[in-house]
Amino acid sequence: MKLLLALLRRDLILAARQGGGVGTALGFFLTVLVLLPIGIGPDQVTLQRLAPGILWITLLLSVLLSADRIFQQDFEDGSLEIMVMAPASLELVALTKAIAHWLSTSLPLSIAAPFLGILLNLRTEIIWPLTLAMVLGSSALSLLASIGASLTLNLRRGGLLISILVLPLYVPVLVFGMSATTGNPEVIAPSLLILAAITLASLVLAPIAAAAALRAYLK
Amino acid sequence: MQLSAENLACERGGRTVFSNQNFTLGSGELLQLTGPNGSGKSSLLRLLASLGEPSHGRISLAGGAPDMNPGQQAHYIAHSDASKSALTVTENLIFWRDFLGGGDLMRAMQAVNLAALADYPAALLSAGQRRRLALARLALVPRAIWLLDEPSVGLDESAQKLLAALMNGHLREGGLIVAATHVPLGLNPDKNLHLGGTP
Repeated sequence: MKLLLALLRRDLILAARQGGGVGTALGFFLTVLVLLPIGIGPDQVTLQRLAPGILWITLLLSVLLSADRIFQQDFEDGSLEIMVMAPASLELVALTKAIAHWLSTSLPLSIAAPFLGILLNLRTEIIWPLTLAMVLGSSALSLLASIGASLTLNLRRGGLLISILVLPLYVPVLVFGMSATTGNPEVIAPSLLILAAITLASLVLAPIAAAAALRAYLK
Repeated sequence: MQLSAENLACERGGRTVFSNQNFTLGSGELLQLTGPNGSGKSSLLRLLASLGEPSHGRISLAGGAPDMNPGQQAHYIAHSDASKSALTVTENLIFWRDFLGGGDLMRAMQAVNLAALADYPAALLSAGQRRRLALARLALVPRAIWLLDEPSVGLDESAQKLLAALMNGHLREGGLIVAATHVPLGLNPDKNLHLGGTP
């Protein structure tokens, strides 16, 4: 347990010091949100209708932006080999690194995103359901991203490939994340529950998949 | 404690790197691996570190922790230094101490003469100093087996003496060392294994 906390702390410090963490992702997010109304046009009704979908898709892309960092640097500088050798369970190491990515990138983004939605004339009554759905879904996003990151370990510039591998896995999160923002109270609660279920399932399965990929690369 | 390899062979990308290698290494013994580039020194160390499966033969460890493989009881110093540029020397070592299970930070830094640079970011270290930072793991966390891949690369004369002293201390305490090297390490190896044909 202590060793996982040490790993979590180190990854969070590295995310804060090296840049490319939440600051960059938020900047990307904001830039897309500013560009979209220019592309779509200033019609407030259209923007309001599209806002939740735009926010979700931008969130998915921003999370993937830094996904390759989850394992890549540790692979390149040899840290990962030592982690694989250590008596610690590799599944828990992979889980810890996904959690560090969630805490440093996905979680802050998912909290900020709905409020940035004001730029798109997002209906104020769905800000809270959207925030809740994004916070719930974002942990699944980081966990699934860790699978993609582990599969593209020895590819330099594997970022694009991660997107192709992981985006299909994001479809369930997107579907139920969107249905939580319909504004219909009867749909919100079940959607949030299903999002929670997706998160729990990825919590169990993603570290197993990521650890298997890491082993395949390093052994 | 006894580390032994029987009839060991290694294959990489379909090519046999080495085959039919045998050795036994007891407590307090140093095995020196020599051989030209590409003869499989690093591959052999990776096999010993349990970072891969031999294509033939087996590696066994007698007298260690029974529920752990040899790699889990070993330090592996590879060519990469496994330290983070954005962290200071101390932070790097604190992480490995906590991750690998405890040790004396000050002693480790003194063993490789990095105490004066304790609060320096690793990004500012020279190649030799980074090498010493990697070697500090050896002194930091007790492990019975040391697997060293050209440990003296980039080290100046005084640092090479520190390394020799570190290795000597480990051997005296009954540890095992397997070191791949092209240059003499300043110690008398108990055993020699030359890979890649006749010396």
